[in-house]
Amino acid sequence: MNRRVWRWLIPLSAIPVLALLAYGFRVNPREVPSPLVGRPAAAFTLTTFDGAPLSLEAQRGKVVVVNFWASWCYPACYEEAPVLERNWRRYRDRGVVVIGVDIQDTVEAAQKFIRDFDLTFPNVRDATGKVSVDYGVYGVPETFFVDRQGRIRAKHVGAVTDEVFRRHVDRLLGDTAG
Amino acid sequence: MRAGHAAAAALVLAAALLAAPPAWLPAQPPARPVSEQAVHDIAAQLRCVVCQNLSVADSPSEMANQMRAIVRERLQAGESPAEVVQYFVDRYGEWILLSPRRRGFNWLVWLGPVVAVAAGLAIVAVLLWRWTRRARREAASPAAPSVDATMSERIRREMEAEP
Repeated sequence: MNRRVWRWLIPLSAIPVLALLAYGFRVNPREVPSPLVGRPAAAFTLTTFDGAPLSLEAQRGKVVVVNFWASWCYPACYEEAPVLERNWRRYRDRGVVVIGVDIQDTVEAAQKFIRDFDLTFPNVRDATGKVSVDYGVYGVPETFFVDRQGRIRAKHVGAVTDEVFRRHVDRLLGDTAG
Repeated sequence: MRAGHAAAAALVLAAALLAAPPAWLPAQPPARPVSEQAVHDIAAQLRCVVCQNLSVADSPSEMANQMRAIVRERLQAGESPAEVVQYFVDRYGEWILLSPRRRGFNWLVWLGPVVAVAAGLAIVAVLLWRWTRRARREAASPAAPSVDATMSERIRREMEAEP
């Protein structure tokens, strides 16, 4: 090969590497696409902090918002707790259930959290971490929106806002009503 | 002797009951013995989901602890190591694996560095060969006298002229 080709070839060979780096540094390594969206939500039966058993199966026919949280998860869980409670009160009569799943936590701290935010939707405790793994949870808070057929339709990582809650729940309510 | 016979019969009956599990209990497969090494081998392949760049085997976190317990339980229930790994992949995606599987697009990750090192070595070899070409050519031909007679005479004269 002659000299002129080499002069161009060497700088050009750096372009794929630069492109790869440009892509790699823009991607957030903490944001992981869940393979569970579109699949049936894993069944679970856990005990609420009130001592009653609660199963996901029993909610079939309702839109279920499954929220994984922990009392040590500050500030995100503290930001979304009032949002979840507000929207639960707003939507509960329209066939929507919010289930809080407390993970990696102590019972006392979790109960204090529930009292402090005056949470009235059912909260259960995943003591063994099995439900967390079944839902591919890698941090708190994470929220799953389950449709009336029991299928996971969306996953939200980070604090839920009014906008996020309403957008997903309205879509799932509208989806199956017609 | 009667009492003796009855006692013997009772003993035999008790032994038979102890040896064979009663049929009315649901048959449960006995938990297989699972070594810590087997649990560790699987946990080492899994990413600790709440950590930065740590395996489930290496992390002291509660979540990793629970994941190790799940690995142990599934092995005890008779699952193969590959099935246990797949259980986590089904829920977290291949992201959970610390080393990407050797297939499809992932081959780029496995072979890329090897190809890059080979290409680098090839380029260095070519350049070294080029840079040393002149030296080799000069060594092959007899060295031309670098200083001719007139010049060495002049050098000699000037050296002697020095005080």
